[in-house]
Amino acid sequence: MIRRLYPHPWLSVTLILVWMLLVNRWAVGSLVFAVIVGTVVPLMTAPYWPEARGYSRPEKIPAYLAIVIWDILKANFAVAQIVIFMPRRALRPAWVVIPLQLRRPEAITTLAATITLTPGTVSCDLAEDGRALLVHCLHAPDPDSVRDEIQTRYEARLKEIFE
Amino acid sequence: MGDGAMIWEFIVSGLLVVGGFFGLVGSYGLVKLPDPMTRLHAPTKSATLGVGGVLLASMIWFPVHHGHFSWHELLITLFLFLTAPVTGFFIAKAHMHLGWDAHELPRPAPDKHWATFAAPDQESLVDRVEAARKG
Repeated sequence: MIRRLYPHPWLSVTLILVWMLLVNRWAVGSLVFAVIVGTVVPLMTAPYWPEARGYSRPEKIPAYLAIVIWDILKANFAVAQIVIFMPRRALRPAWVVIPLQLRRPEAITTLAATITLTPGTVSCDLAEDGRALLVHCLHAPDPDSVRDEIQTRYEARLKEIFE
Repeated sequence: MGDGAMIWEFIVSGLLVVGGFFGLVGSYGLVKLPDPMTRLHAPTKSATLGVGGVLLASMIWFPVHHGHFSWHELLITLFLFLTAPVTGFFIAKAHMHLGWDAHELPRPAPDKHWATFAAPDQESLVDRVEAARKG
């Protein structure tokens, strides 16, 4: 019964939280409306997202977020340095193929978004069978090391969280 | 305003300068980088630290000067982190359709293609535009 009413509990909780943050002040009326939104939206979108499996290790999410934010900071400086100081001729853009061990669409989406947000790499395409990711690097003299870093630093952690 | 508030002024100003600097670097990157694929790196980058600095400054400014905490900055960060990769992904795909051949890219596996270049089930939008231009 409760499972039918809330097909995606995490989505419901997120929606309620986002609604309360949007209102930006505490009021019971807003909370009632947030609960309505958190109930109706997952119900209406459930047909497009039939599988609800949640996370297997949700307690690892904060550590992953901390690592990603730290990497965004570090990589911003690295890329700023490339943009300002590196002459065009020295730039070595490269395409990198990342073979994927992740299988869940949510996990692959998270990995692709992480790769784009950490500057210097942009995820560009997925293989037709969903088993590899095409990544463009701004400056990669050694493309293999980029692939290894993405696999060990992000993909391994996401595999723990999701699968 | 006491001396305590003065320190916050410095922190807020510092964050604004950092944010502005990285925003500028992102825009300069758009001009300087040689081709569309490398230029794509500039907006996805200024969207993170450039905007992040300004949002942090705003998050500190409101509690210090108006005495109430504002949650909107957190939401802006969240929405930005959700939408920036999707936009980048779409621009990259559109550019691969228009400017790249499948054989110029590394293949995912010897007998597989990237989704963009996979055999379409029906004719694509680009095919129709090309046909309309020719005929």
